[in-house]
Amino acid sequence: MRTKTVTFRHKWLPYALIAPQIVITLIFFIWPASQALYQSVLRQDAFGLRTDFVGMANFVRLFADDNYINSFVTTISFSAMVAGFSMGIALIMAIMADRVIRRAMVYRTLLIWPYAVAPAVAGVLWWFLFNPTIGIAAYALDGLGYDWNHYRDGGDAMTLIVVASTWRQVSYNFLFFLAGLQAIPRSLTEAAAIDGAGPVKRFVTIQLPLLSPTVFFLIVVNVVYAFFETFGVVHATTSGGPGQATNILVYKVWRDAFEGLNLGSSAAQSVILMVLVIALTAIQFRYIERKVEY
Amino acid sequence: MSNIQINNVRKTYPGGIDAIRGITLDIADGEFCVLVGPSGCGKSTLLRMIAGLETITDGSVSIGDRVVNDLEPAERDIAMVFQNYALYPHMTVYGNMAYGLKNRGVPKDKIKVMVDEAAATLGLSEFLTRKPAQLSGGQRQRVAMGRAIVRQPQAFLFDEPLSNLDAKLRLKTRVEIRDLQQRLGTTSIYVTHDQMEAMTLADQLVVLNDGAVEQVGTPIDVYNRPASVFVAEFIGSPPMNLMPGEIDESGLVTPAGVVAAPAGVRHGAVTIGIRPEHLHPASDGPLRLKVRVVEHLGASANAHGTVPGHAVEMIASLTGADLPAKGETLGLTVAAENLHLFDPETGRRLH
Amino acid sequence: MVERRPFLTFIQHAVLILGAAMFVFPIYLAFVASTHTAAEVSGGVPLLPGAEMIRNYSLVLGEGISAAGAPPLWIMLMNSTIMALSITIGKIVISLLSAFAVVYFKFPFRMLAFWTIFVTLMLPVEVRILPTFEVVAQLGMLNSYAGLSIPLIASATATFLFRQFFMTVPDQLTEAARIDGAGPMKFFRDILLPLSRTNLAALFVILFIYGWNQYLWPLLVTTDESYYTIVMGIQRMANAGEETPQWHLIMATAILALLPPVVVILAMQRLFVRGLVEVEK
Repeated sequence: MRTKTVTFRHKWLPYALIAPQIVITLIFFIWPASQALYQSVLRQDAFGLRTDFVGMANFVRLFADDNYINSFVTTISFSAMVAGFSMGIALIMAIMADRVIRRAMVYRTLLIWPYAVAPAVAGVLWWFLFNPTIGIAAYALDGLGYDWNHYRDGGDAMTLIVVASTWRQVSYNFLFFLAGLQAIPRSLTEAAAIDGAGPVKRFVTIQLPLLSPTVFFLIVVNVVYAFFETFGVVHATTSGGPGQATNILVYKVWRDAFEGLNLGSSAAQSVILMVLVIALTAIQFRYIERKVEY
Repeated sequence: MSNIQINNVRKTYPGGIDAIRGITLDIADGEFCVLVGPSGCGKSTLLRMIAGLETITDGSVSIGDRVVNDLEPAERDIAMVFQNYALYPHMTVYGNMAYGLKNRGVPKDKIKVMVDEAAATLGLSEFLTRKPAQLSGGQRQRVAMGRAIVRQPQAFLFDEPLSNLDAKLRLKTRVEIRDLQQRLGTTSIYVTHDQMEAMTLADQLVVLNDGAVEQVGTPIDVYNRPASVFVAEFIGSPPMNLMPGEIDESGLVTPAGVVAAPAGVRHGAVTIGIRPEHLHPASDGPLRLKVRVVEHLGASANAHGTVPGHAVEMIASLTGADLPAKGETLGLTVAAENLHLFDPETGRRLH
Repeated sequence: MVERRPFLTFIQHAVLILGAAMFVFPIYLAFVASTHTAAEVSGGVPLLPGAEMIRNYSLVLGEGISAAGAPPLWIMLMNSTIMALSITIGKIVISLLSAFAVVYFKFPFRMLAFWTIFVTLMLPVEVRILPTFEVVAQLGMLNSYAGLSIPLIASATATFLFRQFFMTVPDQLTEAARIDGAGPMKFFRDILLPLSRTNLAALFVILFIYGWNQYLWPLLVTTDESYYTIVMGIQRMANAGEETPQWHLIMATAILALLPPVVVILAMQRLFVRGLVEVEK
């Protein structure tokens, strides 16, 4: 990592400056993470009286557990849907807003604020909208001949958390797509227009390739969002149900730790999630390194 | 007394690159010393070592008879004008000028008196409440000057302070700086790559090349008696004509013809230097120049061409109305005292 | 737009307006529901606001929903504000200081320190839930404002943002300050901090929203109602066991929970957008 060529000299000041952050990081990040690692190879008996070293047994058990595999699959399909829908909708909006020269900022204002709504609150709002007895969306669906009930039907419950999570995430993606599109010099699209390319062709051959770093970056961010930040959506609405239909990984870690009190298993799940975040962060940073080192 | 002594100073960067290879200079109290040289010659590094912004690998720097090697820049009692002015963008002109005084614990009312006085000197009084972004390039330059003079330091250090100004303003500001320095009588070191600026400003001119001193002297000295081929080429515009030649019994044999050699120079191969303005047209002159282009400068004209039969390029600076046409062969003379002879091996002056 | 195509232009506006409506619709309905009585809502949500707005809001703000075990909302709003502001200010302060240290000083263990900070990026709360809870419990920080905020104020992103900004500050300014007699802390306070103003404000918006919207963390560290934040409190109401949810009051709470961050984002839109794109760059 680079520093300034012009630096100050001081014996203890830099340590004092960096100490608060390091201390908090050590106590609340590094230490708990290492505890999770440690606990993931232990097993406690039912009364918490004995703790044994069990090696990889917790991990082996997890991957032999249908519930865990199911949760993994659920998480992946949930993330794919949230990332796909929120990016797709955002891209369409951004293209439209980019083409509008005048009121573009008005539309931006109208579209960015859902980002400020907490995932849990977004969940509750849609939970209400789709409520089988009083919700207007459920009422409309009933009119179309569909009997919506997210308390009973796993597919409906999944749709609900996808809709709520997507609704909140579109604005984030929209901002980045709009910024990405606006960073493409207008002269490029104009040159393409003079070369006889229509709006669709221009988008596919000029704008989309130039937008690909943004797309890539957003895929990572959206997957991280769907994996981790949607805890609130699930917890405030479906609680993982019905059955295991919406029991995504983060929710399962939390439930196994605080409701199941299964420490070894929960720790092993944490470790697996850690590996996932590290992988995602590494991908993201490869991208950032390229972009930031100017 | 705020003379500055630089004693066998060296700078070696980690990795073994020698930026300064042992420089010794003596700058008298009140003197205006200009360090000039091409980019990469170490002039800025030397200035920054004097300022305390770069560490000194070896040797010593004293300001006013006090060795300052290990002092912080602020303790050296110097002020610096940066190339990009380095004005604090969020402070007003007043704030910029007052900042150094404030840090030194000068009482508020005294600061006000000092800033007002410096501002008046530089014609900045009406701009004191503005921020740098609201000023023109020339005004910013003056604020940078004001920040330097307000503290009444022992020395001013200038790091190419005019290079961000347009040509016209640069000329005007150059005169202002010289005038200001003479009025204040503060010892000054000025770094530039522009030889015109160096010539016009300096009491003492120091030509640097590759981390070492090529020549020290008054501008006129350096101009009239360049110590090396490097100095000869660097100082003067258009640059000095250089060509290979030889001294034997007949005199100085140049590619263009034979001329009388200056007294007291050994026989053998030499590098000949002739300034364009020392070539005078004479129909029977011993030197021949086939004219390719004539540049009219108004007061004078430069005739560019080659010596017939040789690859040697020459420029003659001509005055008067009778200018040669393109393609014409011009006869030229040069007085023996205006010849500069250098050793072709070492590049040093031979006489 | 390169060429003139009225039909395309029409489509664009139609899509954008439809999109915007889609975003506003849930909030609008929530607001409508919050202005009716429980009976009106339970018969299917009306589409126009009712007359009970003041009564409903003053009820949740002043008394809370005792049946759902939720304290008065003003307490939760206050807790949310305290938590969001502590996290925001805490993060900004420690990130500013550490970025200053890694950019403007060379010192032994600098790289180690940098990597320690970097690692926090890879360890979100969600992946170390239980052990972090245990640490907080052992430190006696459960049910306290310190417990709600301090563990969340270490932030690699903010540190990186400031580092990146500091790298763009011209070196000559630092040198000028040194010649003017400013030591490191004076330089930090007099030059660097004022120059970071815009970045500070942008980060403030983003971090305030981040802090306000924390959900899992307050859920873990608070069991005492008087420390509930509104975003987690709303869940307690929605899932109030056997009771029929009082939707009109829950929606009033939802509106109050989303209002502050939405107001902040809209009021400081330009800073927010700039900050967001910068932070994630």
